[in-house]
Amino acid sequence: MGRPDRAAHRRRGLRPVPLILLAGFGLQLAGCGRSGTPSTLDPHGPGADRIAGIWWFLLWTSVVVFLMVAGLIGYAVWRRRGERVQPRPGGERLIVAGGIVLPAVVLTVVWLVNLNGMSALAYRGQGDLTVQVTGHQYWWEVRYPDEDVVTANELHVPIGRRVRLELTSADVNHSFWVPQLTYKTDLIPGKTNVTWLQADRPGSYDGAYRGQCAEYCGLQHAKMEFLVVAEPPAAYDAWLARQRQSATATVPAGTTAARGLAVLESNSCAACHALRGTSAAGRAGPDLTHFGERRTLGAGTAPNNRGYLGGWIVNSQTLKPGNKMPPQQLGAEELQDVLAYFDSQREEASRGDGG
Amino acid sequence: MATVAERVEQRLERIWEDEPGLAAWFKTVDHKKIGRRYMVTGAFFFALAGIQALIMRAQLAVPDNRLISPELYDQLFTMHGTAMIFLFSTPTLFGFGNFLVPLMIGARDMAFPRLNAFGYWVFLFAGLLMEGSFLWAAAPDAGWFAYTPLSGPRYSPAINLDVYALGLLFLGIATSIGAVNFLVTIFKLRAPGMSLQRIPIFLWAIVATSFAVVFALPPLNAANAMLFLDRRFGFHFFDPAAGGDPVLWQHLFWIFGHPDVYIIVLPALGIVSSIVPTFSRRPLAGHALVVMATIATAVISFGVWVHHMFAVGLPQLSLAVFSAASLLITIPGGIQIFAWTVTIVRGRLVASTAMLYVIGFLLVFVIGGLSGVMFGVVAFDRQVTDSYFVVAHFHYVLFGGAVFPILGGIYYWFGKFTGRMLSERLGKWSFWLVFIGMNLTFFPMHIYGLEGMPRRVYTYEGGLGWDLGNLLSSIGAAVLAAGLLLTLINAIRSLRRGVPAPADPWGGDTLEWATASPPPPYNFRAIPTVHSVTPMWDERSRADTDRARHDEERLLAEGHETLRTSELDAEPEEPIEMPDETIKPLAMAGSLAVVTLGLLLELYWVAAAGGLLAAVTIAAWLWPVQELTGEAG
Repeated sequence: MGRPDRAAHRRRGLRPVPLILLAGFGLQLAGCGRSGTPSTLDPHGPGADRIAGIWWFLLWTSVVVFLMVAGLIGYAVWRRRGERVQPRPGGERLIVAGGIVLPAVVLTVVWLVNLNGMSALAYRGQGDLTVQVTGHQYWWEVRYPDEDVVTANELHVPIGRRVRLELTSADVNHSFWVPQLTYKTDLIPGKTNVTWLQADRPGSYDGAYRGQCAEYCGLQHAKMEFLVVAEPPAAYDAWLARQRQSATATVPAGTTAARGLAVLESNSCAACHALRGTSAAGRAGPDLTHFGERRTLGAGTAPNNRGYLGGWIVNSQTLKPGNKMPPQQLGAEELQDVLAYFDSQREEASRGDGG
Repeated sequence: MATVAERVEQRLERIWEDEPGLAAWFKTVDHKKIGRRYMVTGAFFFALAGIQALIMRAQLAVPDNRLISPELYDQLFTMHGTAMIFLFSTPTLFGFGNFLVPLMIGARDMAFPRLNAFGYWVFLFAGLLMEGSFLWAAAPDAGWFAYTPLSGPRYSPAINLDVYALGLLFLGIATSIGAVNFLVTIFKLRAPGMSLQRIPIFLWAIVATSFAVVFALPPLNAANAMLFLDRRFGFHFFDPAAGGDPVLWQHLFWIFGHPDVYIIVLPALGIVSSIVPTFSRRPLAGHALVVMATIATAVISFGVWVHHMFAVGLPQLSLAVFSAASLLITIPGGIQIFAWTVTIVRGRLVASTAMLYVIGFLLVFVIGGLSGVMFGVVAFDRQVTDSYFVVAHFHYVLFGGAVFPILGGIYYWFGKFTGRMLSERLGKWSFWLVFIGMNLTFFPMHIYGLEGMPRRVYTYEGGLGWDLGNLLSSIGAAVLAAGLLLTLINAIRSLRRGVPAPADPWGGDTLEWATASPPPPYNFRAIPTVHSVTPMWDERSRADTDRARHDEERLLAEGHETLRTSELDAEPEEPIEMPDETIKPLAMAGSLAVVTLGLLLELYWVAAAGGLLAAVTIAAWLWPVQELTGEAG
């Protein structure tokens, strides 16, 4: 399957202009579901779906209350003007009714809805697939502890299965948020938070769901995206099988790809990046074992293709200033070899996808 | 030949007036001058923070914009929030309080005039220090909430966060003593007869806010002191690698931070409660209910902070409890909304500019309150917190709940503050631009927040459904700025050639309208007498106040005096001597500024010298003066 160009994909997601201009919440939001918009109101899993239901309840309750209060204010403004109007004392009973009794009833119902929602969204499962996510400035480390798989900035999950998430941080606070699947859970150093997500169909943002860091974490907080790729179980299993392989498994000796792998191992790359099955075992940066297969560079900063990747390696600071990767002094040939190595992974993956 | 009355006035004038000359400008302790300074300085910081917001809106107008660097954007959003909260809202409302509290209670000054002057200078220096850090590109850049570990030494090694911690500690001095001064003034200097049930709502709001300040600032100060120790001296309060806890910062910050919302909003609601009766031509409906609501708000505000932390991973039980408290705090708000509305419904509405701002406030604040209820629902909170939805929500609360009332208050009291009336015509134009601009800026944020746009991002990708909303917000910000600029022009124009203000231009109900505009240095020729909560609308209060003009015990023209009364019933106790103008408050604030700068720049001997200077100033300040009999601060 050919991967669509991201920009073209998103152009289709542009909304018609008059929709927002008509403004009313209901009108505006009823038109959701366009591809590309990571909207909380276009839920694709039971968690976000539940919350969207709570939102609509809260919205309509609020609209009713607002219309009542605004109506009273409007009445006061239009009817109570002019010298002939005689001010009257009193009015306490209306204050008690509108300011105490009415909110007490409404808020009690809201609180019960709240308890119900909390209980529905709490994680209580057992034996679910577990994924460990560790936040870094400014990328996501993703581990499948039962499978011995490590990747970054991409979670692959089987459709329709609940996935248990263990979240922590290696540096500052971050927050894990996939608006179409699940609410925010913070990643805090020294603490592991557990939550879950479940996707009921594939995402529509580049074939995935768009997640983004939601707790300000420094200079490139804006560019700390991740993707949740929800796949049918067979495709997920195939992905997992490829990820379990070591970095050397698919590289025939003597090819440019093999030379590229050697460059990665012998240069400064290995100080920060790991390639399983080789001597490169750095932990400061993302695991590169199957990096070529990943869709984006720099946690969503750019598409992961040969052109961008070359630029990123030479000087990633121009694409994402302030990220922790320094410019790399590779010779022209070495760079081509490295790119060839990751190209080979891309080809392997598309073969795995069935072309 | 001068009449008796004129002779008394001349004598009071001689006693209370500042000596002429430039030096007196630095030495004054007159609450009216200090109040005006607070408001003008607050407006200056509002303009700075507004310009910061406009630059951010320009950057976000289109996706993938490269107008400004991420470094600058982070400093801008951090200082926009910090300045709007700490350097604009609270000081400006303290300015209203400083000017109006002694006038509304019928006193001649605040209880501690020199502390009052000291507080202003501290606020000015702290504000200049924090905003001035932009000139060295060293402004705080970890958000106004400065979460650890990001704000700690490892991830923010530069000086920016030291400016934050020390600047807020320094500023906290001004806020704390200002609050204590309000409490003592309102409880001890009320005109005879102004028992607790006759205190105007604005003063109750100042009381509630001041109590909240006294209890809310210590956790913030403790947190900032701990942060500074972590950053400068290798402590580990918030360092998880050494057994510290970054979440502790969040608790301390929000134990301050949520009450602070009400510290800002309550006095603004007090302004609304002052404007509504005047322009409805009847007393406020449900006065006692509104007093209880005001106090209840301040109390409950200390029990809701965890709703800022629903995503942190705290136990479910505490989330359920804090959710209930967060919903509960809506009820006092509801009481007030209905009290104002009922007053308007059963009164006769006069559509002045001040009242337009109040009506605008009602609509906007109700929307902010309703979206606030949504944040009490844990699951929904976690879906939209830290998205633009919450940015929309708190701007509806704070722009609606503080800026609209402040603007209304300016149109209402400008004559009293300056002696000149503002143009109502320009005022109405300004209102409509502000109202439309505000809604155009912040309403779309609800939508693109729900569509998944996180806050505090210096840019965003196109095609995610956020483009049009952001563009509208940026256009709205320009309209809003134009409306605010119109009010500034109105003020400058009126100061130069505005209509002179009569003592009581609107037919107001409280005591500030009983004296000239602007009031003479001694405020009232005689301390008035109060028989109701609306003394200006009550014949008995007015008659007794007239009679007091011939009563030596109310004229207090023998010395620099005001009248002390009992806390509950405002029974006269004794005249107390008030201090003359002095340079000591400025010297004291200056010494502490030297301490702060010394600590900031790691010039510890400079800090020590500043500390010594402060000690000497305190000694001089407190040195017993033989002639004075009463105590005064």
